[in-house]
Amino acid sequence: MSNVKRSPAENSFSNDTAWQITSAEHMESGHMACPGCGASLSMRHTLKILGPQTIVVMPACCWAIIAGGQPTTALSTPLLHTPFAVAAAAATGVRRSLTAKRKKDITVLAWAGDGGTFDIGLQGISGAAERHEDMIYICYDNEAYMNTGIQQSSATPHGAWTTTTPGGKDFQYGKKDIMAIIKAHNPSYLASATIAYPEDFYLKIKRAKEASGFRFIHLLAACPSGWKIDSQDALKVTRMAVDSGVFPLLEMGSDGSFKETIEPEKPIPVQEYLKAQGRFKKMSDLEIETWQKEID
Amino acid sequence: MQKQAILLGSDAIAHGVRLSRPEVISAYPITPQTHIIETLSEMVDNGELKSQYIKVESEMSAIAAVLGSVSAGSRSFTASSSQGLAMMHEVLHWVAGARLPLVLVNANRALGAPWNIWSDQSDSFSQRDTGWLQIYCETSQEALDTIIMAYKASEQLMLPIMVMIDGFILSHTMERLLVPDQQIVDDYLPTYRAPYHLDPDNPMTFGAAAHPDLFYELKKTLSETMSEALTVLDNCQVEFAQKFGRSYQPIMRCLEGSEKSDTAIICCGAMTGTARVAVADLNKSGTPTDLFKLRLLRPFPSQELCTALKDKKRIIVLNRACSYGVGGTLSQEVRTALYNLPQRPVVNDVMISLGGKEVFPETIVEVVKNQEQLSAVDCNWLKD
Repeated sequence: MSNVKRSPAENSFSNDTAWQITSAEHMESGHMACPGCGASLSMRHTLKILGPQTIVVMPACCWAIIAGGQPTTALSTPLLHTPFAVAAAAATGVRRSLTAKRKKDITVLAWAGDGGTFDIGLQGISGAAERHEDMIYICYDNEAYMNTGIQQSSATPHGAWTTTTPGGKDFQYGKKDIMAIIKAHNPSYLASATIAYPEDFYLKIKRAKEASGFRFIHLLAACPSGWKIDSQDALKVTRMAVDSGVFPLLEMGSDGSFKETIEPEKPIPVQEYLKAQGRFKKMSDLEIETWQKEID
Repeated sequence: MQKQAILLGSDAIAHGVRLSRPEVISAYPITPQTHIIETLSEMVDNGELKSQYIKVESEMSAIAAVLGSVSAGSRSFTASSSQGLAMMHEVLHWVAGARLPLVLVNANRALGAPWNIWSDQSDSFSQRDTGWLQIYCETSQEALDTIIMAYKASEQLMLPIMVMIDGFILSHTMERLLVPDQQIVDDYLPTYRAPYHLDPDNPMTFGAAAHPDLFYELKKTLSETMSEALTVLDNCQVEFAQKFGRSYQPIMRCLEGSEKSDTAIICCGAMTGTARVAVADLNKSGTPTDLFKLRLLRPFPSQELCTALKDKKRIIVLNRACSYGVGGTLSQEVRTALYNLPQRPVVNDVMISLGGKEVFPETIVEVVKNQEQLSAVDCNWLKD
């Protein structure tokens, strides 16, 4: 845990309900995740909140492996694996089937990585969002194609080492602004979160569950091997992403504007977050300074 | 009861779909398929058809949406053509591998480049290894009937079926046909009850990674089901013939009295209609010729084909799809099947049309009259 004090931002949640974590598990032990994987912890808690009346739709991503191969499965909810580009469209079909059969009170959860969301799956997400399909789409963003061995995606931040950006400088653009893209579709719920801030995470997933229509949550999920950090530091480093302002925890209000739901009282410099990871080792001081200015 | 109607091919297909009562339809426009989904949209709008109608943003999503809806237990429908079917390719494999029953109508059209919207079977022939059954229709009546039969067979086999019509030639022309009443179709095609589906009260995982030995076993099972499909399709068509009075086999002789001729033509789809006229002329003018239409490309009815053609000396295959570097795709299929015969006929591979190049009865007559000049090895392209 970071030692930075946090104060709830204006309009943030009451903590009374935040910690009603059920002991029921819908993600079982024996999964295939690496130690310190942010995506697996995120799924565990997401399903605790959504409960057993949930159908998970999942494209190619780390989680397609984490869930386990036949005849095993790590999820005790129904799970539909799909090709890479089509999680949102397949989830649409699942929901429409439930509607046709007049089955209510089931949450359809599309669960995809950043490659399946920011890159190859974006068109299908845009279609589902535009049609206001009744689903929760969660992107667990570990900021590269981690499952195939750490290749750059359009969610990879500028300056990060990946196997396709070996110098960390092969691309001049920054991380794609997925929140702005989804916001432009007028979703019924939109937030960013991370399990490293669990009280915030819980309330946002709960709010998404209680809403209907197209709901989108952007999760930052550490990948120790891709970020070049010790697995024991995964949550600590993820919290630093929030505390440095690199990954603000946002929620879209009814007026369509974003509000920060957790505001660090004493923000840390970007440099501290970057230096904690091996993937930003080749970033120059000037580049770090520029990033800091952008955040400020 | 069946009502007489004069309908556009696309509308006839829409009626076949309506009568099959899909719970979910995904739709994306592409010429010459668009009329099908437009008519279905009207049927949903006016309450004739109670389906969830999803206007997706691409063919990739069209097929993925029904992948989702069938996985959740709903009878579903989608349609496509050409570039759209090619875009679906990855998910076509997935749907068959996942053993999902589904019916897709493809309006056959050429693939670019260059752009071409006209009739050509390259789009569906290049999907023949995806694990889908493929049925080619000569008329709109046949298409309407085939859709209803296809749902029945697909749900018994737990494999998807692609029903083909020739773009424009069938989709955009009027035909006098019979539209069955809902009641008789309901009697033939009961409500779909999925043996397995996405259900939180009975949770299962679908499509998880399979290790090599298990993968091999699953694919072997798929292949075995394909072999059983001929029997299942036959049962479905026999019952259909009893109820509706129209009968369809995997390979059909098109005219009586030509059994003894040494030469036979094989083709599939609407071109059969043109070939009927050509063959009638040929037989009248002293060139005895037999004609077969192939309805089923997958599974390929090898045994039935051998039985039908065992006494022929020459088979002329009229192709509307090319496997570049080999020749007509249909010719390859026919040759492979006939290889098992002790006395094999000569197979002439004729590229009769691509990209909507018009096939007149005279085109076929000329090919058959000059059959001695046709290469028995290479693909025979028409001279301009």
